[in-house]
Amino acid sequence: MKQTAFEKSIDSASQIMLQKAEDEGIETAWDRYEQQLPQCSFGQLGICCRNCNMGPCRIDPFGEGTEKGICGATADIIVARNLLRMIAAGAAAHSDHARDAVLTFKKMSEGKAGSYRIKDEAKLYSLASEYGISAEEKSREEVAVELASALLSEFGKQEGPILCTKRAPESRLKLWSELGIEPRGIDREIVECMHRTHIGVDNDATHILLHGLRTSLSDGWGGSMIATEIQDVLFGTPEPKKSTVNLGVLSHDKVNVIVHGHEPILSEMIVEAAEDPELLELAEEKGATGINVAGICCTGNETLMRHGTPIAGTFLQQELAVITGAVEAMVVDVQCIMPSLGNLTGCYHTKFISTSPKADFPGTARMEFHEEEAYATAKEIVKAAVENFPNRNLKKVSIPEEKQECMVGFSAEAILKALGGSPAPLIEAIAGGAIKGIGAVVGCNNVKIQHNYGHVNLVKELIKNNVLVVTTGCNAIACAEAGLLVPEAAALAGDGLKGVCEALGIPPVLHMGSCVDISRILVLASAVANSLGVDISDLPAAGAAPEWMSEKAVSIGAYVVSSGVFTVLGTIPPVLGSQAVTALLTKGLDGVIGASFAVEPDPFKAADLMLEHIEGKRKALGLK
Amino acid sequence: MKDVIIRPERCMSCHSCEVACAVAHSRNKNLFSAVGEDPTPRKRISVEFLPALGASMPVTCRHCKDAPCVSVCPTKALTQDTDTGMVIRNLERCVDCWTCSTVCTRFSSLYQLILATGCWNSSMLCTHKIIDRRTEKGTAIKCDLCEGRELPACVEACPTHALVFAEVEGR
Repeated sequence: MKQTAFEKSIDSASQIMLQKAEDEGIETAWDRYEQQLPQCSFGQLGICCRNCNMGPCRIDPFGEGTEKGICGATADIIVARNLLRMIAAGAAAHSDHARDAVLTFKKMSEGKAGSYRIKDEAKLYSLASEYGISAEEKSREEVAVELASALLSEFGKQEGPILCTKRAPESRLKLWSELGIEPRGIDREIVECMHRTHIGVDNDATHILLHGLRTSLSDGWGGSMIATEIQDVLFGTPEPKKSTVNLGVLSHDKVNVIVHGHEPILSEMIVEAAEDPELLELAEEKGATGINVAGICCTGNETLMRHGTPIAGTFLQQELAVITGAVEAMVVDVQCIMPSLGNLTGCYHTKFISTSPKADFPGTARMEFHEEEAYATAKEIVKAAVENFPNRNLKKVSIPEEKQECMVGFSAEAILKALGGSPAPLIEAIAGGAIKGIGAVVGCNNVKIQHNYGHVNLVKELIKNNVLVVTTGCNAIACAEAGLLVPEAAALAGDGLKGVCEALGIPPVLHMGSCVDISRILVLASAVANSLGVDISDLPAAGAAPEWMSEKAVSIGAYVVSSGVFTVLGTIPPVLGSQAVTALLTKGLDGVIGASFAVEPDPFKAADLMLEHIEGKRKALGLK
Repeated sequence: MKDVIIRPERCMSCHSCEVACAVAHSRNKNLFSAVGEDPTPRKRISVEFLPALGASMPVTCRHCKDAPCVSVCPTKALTQDTDTGMVIRNLERCVDCWTCSTVCTRFSSLYQLILATGCWNSSMLCTHKIIDRRTEKGTAIKCDLCEGRELPACVEACPTHALVFAEVEGR
C-alpha cells in the first residue's frame, strides 16, 4: 500500500518534495520503509540474539517453539542484553563526539589548532573551578590545557564519579550511589556493556538493566554534558536570536552549502569560510550572489543556536533537501546521515562531501577534516561547492517557498538570564499555576510515524495545557517548522503560559539545542529542583520522544528516566518480547529511581499521559 | 482457487511466517498486543528442518475437505476424522513414500525437490508440529488462508517469497 506525499509528512514543503521525488522516480526513506514491510517480528520484539556464533537464536513469542537460546538465554535475558547494547552505542556516539570536541579544545589550548579561539571565557573559568583548577598566576591557555586534560580523564578514568554528576540534586546522587549506578568513567561503562553482553557474562535482566542506567548516566551527565560545555567555551554559549527554517531557506541565487550531522567543530569553520571575501568573489565569478550555509539535524542546530544560520530540515528532510536540485554541497560529519545520499546526490549536481575520519559513505568526495588545518579545509570545501554552482541544472531545481521564522538560542544560561538571573520567577509561575509544569520534548524522525505529526501535535497539546516546553534535536526543528518557536506562538498556549511568554517576550517552546544539549535540560531541571530543595523526580515535569529512532535516543531516554523524569516514547522500543523487562521499564523503575517509561504513539494520548503525571507531581508538592 | 504455495529452496528459516500466522489468528491482530494475549495465539504454519535435505521449509496443512492425500496414502497412515475433518497421521504406518505430497498442491514443489535431490529419507515425521495439532476442544488448528485478508499473513511476512499465494490447478 503506497503512501501519498500527504500521508508521509505533515509539512507542506516536504510534501512538495516527496511529490517531486515520485515524479522523478527518486527513491526516499519512505519507499525503502515500504519495501521493508512487514518488518521482522523477532527484531521488533527484541528476541533475537547474534552475540555468539552458536546462534543466531530466537525465541518463539507465542511459546510453542523455542523458549531459550542455545546458551540457555531466555527472552528476558536476550531483550535486556540487546537493550544494553543499544544504550552502549548511543552513549558511545554522544561521548565520542564529546571526546573530539575536548581534543579540539586541547589542541587549541596548546596552540596547535589556530583556527579556533575561546569564545566564552567566563564558562572556561567556571568549568575550571568546577574541576578544581586554580586560575591564579596562570595564563588563560594554561588553564585551558589543564581543563582539557581533566575533561579527557573523565573518559578514561576507572573510578568515579564523573564530576558533572555533582550538578544533580543531593538526593539524586545519593540514590544513584545506593543503587550502585553512579557512573565511574565514560569509556569504562560503555566497554563494560560490551563485556556484560558477551556470551556467558551478565545474565540477569534487572542486573543488566541497572548497568544500562549507569551507562546512560555517563552519557547524560558525562559525555553529552562535556560536549555541550566545551562547545560553549569554544564557540560561545547560545543566546536568543532569530533565524529561519525549512527547505525554503535554500537560495535560488546563492551557492547552497548544507552542513549535516552532529558536530559543530567543522561547521563552525564552514560558516566562517562562507563569509571569506575570496570565496564570495569566486561565487560572484561563478554567477552566484553569495554563499548560503544551511543546516540539517544537529550540526544544523549547533550553528543555528550560535550564529542563527538557517536550518533546511530535520532528519527525514535530508534527502528532500537534495531533491530540490539546488544544493551545491552536502557536507557531512557523523551520525544520522543516510548512506542513501550517495546514490541520491548522483541524480543531481550535488557534491556529497564526507569529512570525518570516522565516517565515510558511498559516493562521497572525501575531504577529511583535521583541527590543525580546520579553516583551510573548510575553505576548500566551500570552494568545491562554489565551483559546483554552474553545474546546477535549472530544469531540475524546485525549491519550496515554505520557510518559517523562529527564535532560538535558549541555553540554560539564556533562560536564567531571561528570568532575571534566577529560576525564582519560573518557580513562582509554576507554583502559582500559570505554568502547570515543564515538558521536555526531544528526539528524531521515524518513518513509522508521519513526519513531524508526533512532534508538532504533542507539543501543541502541551502548551495548550499551560506546559512550558523545552526542546532539542529534530523535535526543535519540527516545532520551528510548525511556527511554534516564535513569541507569537504564545497565542496557541493556555492563558497562564501565554501571559508568562508575553511578559518575557519568549516563545512557549524553547529551543535548547542539539541532542547532546539535552544535558542543558538536566542542568536546568537541577537548578529548579535545587532551589526548591527537592529531587528532579518531584518536579512537575515530563519528557517525550515522539518520533525517536536512533540508539542515541535509547541512551537519552534511559538517562532522562534515571535522572527522575517520566518519559513517553512515541515508537515502540524492541523490548516487548520480554514481559519482565517491559514491566520493569514501565512500572518497576518507578519504585527504584522515581520515574519510568510509557509508550504511546498517539501524540494526543501521549500528552494526556504527561499532563496526568504533571498533575500528580503538582498534587504531591501541594500545588493546585 | 488460490492457495499458499511453498517454494522450499527459498526458505531462509527465519520463522517470520510462523509469527505472522499467530498474530493473524490473535484477538488483536497486532504483534505487540498479541504477545500478551491469553489464550496464546497459535500458528498454523511451522518451519521444519528436514535433516536429510539439510534444509528448512515451512509446512502448513489446510485439512482439505475430502483430503486427496488421505485417499492416495497406500498404507492408510493418513486418515480424516469424519466429525472434525482433521487429517490425522499414524506415524507407525508411514513408510515415507511421499505419495501424499504428489497430490497436495502445497507440497508439490517439495516433491519436486525430493525428486531432484534423490533423497527419500526426509520423513513426514518432520510435519508433526503442524498436521495433527488441535485445540483444547479437539478441533483442528488449521490454515484457513487468513479469511478476510487479501493475502495470507505468512505469505505477506515471508521476506524471500518462499511462500506465494497463487492460483492452483484443479482444486
